[in-house]
Amino acid sequence: MKNKILPFSIIFIFITIFVIFYKGLQNTNIYTPNSKTSFEVPSVSVKLFNSDEIINTLEIFNSDKFYLLNIWSSWCVPCKQEHPILMELAKNDNLEVIGINYKDTKKNANNFLKDLGNPYDYIIFDNKGINAIEWGAYGVPESFLINNNKIIKKYTGPLNKGSMEEIKSFIK
Amino acid sequence: MKIFKLFLIIFIIFPINNLKADNEVLKNKITKNLRCLICQGQSVYDSDSEFANSLKIVVDNKINEGLSEKEIYSYFQSKYGDWILYGPSFNKNTYFLWLLPLLIFFVGGAIIFNILLKKQK
Repeated sequence: MKNKILPFSIIFIFITIFVIFYKGLQNTNIYTPNSKTSFEVPSVSVKLFNSDEIINTLEIFNSDKFYLLNIWSSWCVPCKQEHPILMELAKNDNLEVIGINYKDTKKNANNFLKDLGNPYDYIIFDNKGINAIEWGAYGVPESFLINNNKIIKKYTGPLNKGSMEEIKSFIK
Repeated sequence: MKIFKLFLIIFIIFPINNLKADNEVLKNKITKNLRCLICQGQSVYDSDSEFANSLKIVVDNKINEGLSEKEIYSYFQSKYGDWILYGPSFNKNTYFLWLLPLLIFFVGGAIIFNILLKKQK
């Protein structure tokens, strides 16, 4: 009996490993980390782009409206792609679009907004990229839909028509 | 008097330099233990991406604010989840990962012990 346990356990281990690897083959090999969306708006001091005034983020997200926080930069090509969608969303009365200008210069950012339009109610100036870290962001562009001081949805990468429809259905 | 002034200056500057060097060592240690989330298989320390460079500044700021190493790890964990840490914490998602080597060690030990016992007999 004892002699049988060893071969059986070896076969069992091999079958288990085989099943794990076989299942693993079907998974995509591009790893995307789980995006945490359940956390609250971070309370940090930020510098405003236009006035250089330093305020707390909670002063920006203070009403029960929906907010779309968008991290953008003038050097980022996908940001140009998604800009018409932000302009479209900014027309909605129930939504305020807030920008974080990421690792950019004021001159280039102003030219970008002059050329493509300014959808933002507030712009946070983040020339070192440290404010974006507070939001758990990876880079540009990235957007967060916020309601009642909670992040309810995170969009990594440029917004598209599908995400625009989704945002519109949230804020109805 | 000049020599006294010189000593005074050295006395003041030297500990600050030491402190800065300590912070640098701690910063390097922390950034080596943080995963660069947008790079493939690189730590924040190794990477020169925009994301990693911002993270290095944040680590520096947190050290200057007086946060301990553990507090800095848990800060990043709260922002990005367990994946940012190279040493995953022990929780319901990772217990198998932590306990499997121990389990293999004990089962393997038991098998070897069994074989040796049989040989002795």
